[in-house]
Amino acid sequence: MTRVQNGNHAADGVARNPEEGELRKQWVMAVAVLAGAAFAAWVAVAAAAPEQKAATKVNLQLKWVTQAQFAGYYAALEKGYYDKEGLDVTIKVGGPSITPETVVAGKRAEFGVDWLPSLLATREKGSNLVSIAQVFARSGMTELTWRDSGIDTIKKMRGKKVGVWCCGNEPELFAALNKNGIDPKNPNDVTIVNQPFDMQLFLKRQVDAAAAMTYNELAQVLETKNPKTGKLYTMKDLNVFMMSDPKVGTGMLEDNLFVRGDWIAEKANQATAVKFLKASFKGWVYCRDHRAECVSFVLKSGSLLGKGHQTWMMNEINALIWPNPKGIGLPPAGAVAQTTKIAKTYGVITKTPKGATNYAYAARAVAQLKKEGVDVLGKKWKKAVVKVTPGGK
Amino acid sequence: MWWNARHMEAAASERRVWKVVPGLSKLATYAIVIVALCAAWEGYKWLWETTGWTWPFLVDDTTMPHLWDILKAFGEPVTTGGPALIHPLLDAAWFTAKEAIAGFVLGAVVGFALAVLLVHSRLLERGLLPYIVASQTVPILAIAPMVVIGLGSKGVEGWKAVAVLAAYLTFFPVAINALRGLQSADPRAFELMESYASSRWSILWRLRVPASLPYLFTALKISATASVIGAIIGETPASIQEGLGGAIVNFNQYYSLQPTFLWATNIVCAVLGLVLFGAVALTERLVLRRAPEHYA
Repeated sequence: MTRVQNGNHAADGVARNPEEGELRKQWVMAVAVLAGAAFAAWVAVAAAAPEQKAATKVNLQLKWVTQAQFAGYYAALEKGYYDKEGLDVTIKVGGPSITPETVVAGKRAEFGVDWLPSLLATREKGSNLVSIAQVFARSGMTELTWRDSGIDTIKKMRGKKVGVWCCGNEPELFAALNKNGIDPKNPNDVTIVNQPFDMQLFLKRQVDAAAAMTYNELAQVLETKNPKTGKLYTMKDLNVFMMSDPKVGTGMLEDNLFVRGDWIAEKANQATAVKFLKASFKGWVYCRDHRAECVSFVLKSGSLLGKGHQTWMMNEINALIWPNPKGIGLPPAGAVAQTTKIAKTYGVITKTPKGATNYAYAARAVAQLKKEGVDVLGKKWKKAVVKVTPGGK
Repeated sequence: MWWNARHMEAAASERRVWKVVPGLSKLATYAIVIVALCAAWEGYKWLWETTGWTWPFLVDDTTMPHLWDILKAFGEPVTTGGPALIHPLLDAAWFTAKEAIAGFVLGAVVGFALAVLLVHSRLLERGLLPYIVASQTVPILAIAPMVVIGLGSKGVEGWKAVAVLAAYLTFFPVAINALRGLQSADPRAFELMESYASSRWSILWRLRVPASLPYLFTALKISATASVIGAIIGETPASIQEGLGGAIVNFNQYYSLQPTFLWATNIVCAVLGLVLFGAVALTERLVLRRAPEHYA
């Protein structure tokens, strides 16, 4: 198109044809109506919004990806317990490259879930983090041996290949070995093998003993077929040394909820913390009483998980929480001291920490729940018998 | 096949036949390669299992599952009563594809813009190029958490941060190749344009850009696969479990129970990369019908 034509078109475009003018009017009308409608809709939305009291936004950083280990938080979300407390909670999943302590210290989440020794170690490096609830009252760490190996006491692990998870997960087993006169640092006493996070080494009998969580790796062994018989392994094939068992007696505290020290120093946040703990505890209580439903909440968020394995995990997680004579979130007497002592002995921390825990908010949440008639002790709770499924499906 | 070439010129009727044959032979080559790779896998497995060799690693159904078992895994449910593995995996692949495509586009635009900038300024080229090269020597695994955390603190959603990470891998080949391509036109063409007193702008659009296209598409093909890698790696530190990166973490954890699921996930990752690569190659065909490459 040349410039001249352009000019002509522009010049007589406005009023050359009355019909065209009419058409244009209609267009203008239509646009005006649409704009009016859009404005009305916006006003309606804007007016509706303030009616709801703005919920307090908080993030919860999990230790690992979605699994029944965190079912209570998913239940609190699904059942609307957080909503009811006026909290808008986002659950952030963890993973191999996520340390919950770093995330909370970096203000990317208000609450974090991790094992207590890990929190103590991070604190010692200068992060002001405080544990405000000890959700798991006992340790889920075990050491497994094959029954046919004859290693039926920890003493008999002398001179054997013993698998341990690295990087801060060793102390419970090291303490147990030490108690039985075996020095884990002395290769003449025992060969410590750095164990990957699956049970391959143990299943292939490349180690004589392997670390396993009651709620995860133990089940993985039981969900595997014994190549000799073609049937699943059973508990009869295994010796399970639970660190929380009084006979072993070197359990450390695991999943706790923690926050930043400067965050919890503020009055408004203290109220938020109590609300968060109250709703979370309620979620855990719900999972204690509705195991199957909580498993389905977990599977909804983790579409690749096996139902059989998660059902096992839910049951075993409940066993770490319930019963709790003091109420959920409050550690048993002496447990924090024992955790600290073992952590110090095995170099996780160098000095006894001060102010690392503050259970006042958890106590307040427990008291409020008690008033509402919620059973926060779980005295009557009995561990179910979960049948394992091949492959954990 | 070179020995066909002479025959093709010999007779017109024969030519039509030979036109079909290269297509078939291409297909046959693909098939032969795939069969050979599968045979190598199964052969290695058989040899190591029968001899009992354990170097460099123990070979059994867990470490190297049979290929047919891996393929069968796609049809197996992840959980009792749940959908077959292929369904959640396709969902995950779509999720990751979105991150990868966003990153690919962002990286391509940034890379091309950088190349245009550098081609017009010797000073900038000399000053910036070393840093662009250096940016790629930093391992992506080290950068991933920083990018995700940095952008996350500014309120950017996780998947967008992952897209930025994918872009980090894709801008480089585009920038380097486009720079080369923008300089690749015949010097006589530049002289001609200059003799017409063409502006920089019109030299860029009429001469530099068309000449750069073959280079650009080569780079885009590299970037297409790199963007998938960037997206998968970025998902873990970004707390994203809906994508293929999340699937890998999950199935890694249960590897001793379901080794085939992890391998199946790997196949999906590879296919996603191939699909993006294919999409770029197809676009290239459409855009560069007359490109020098296709004259032959």
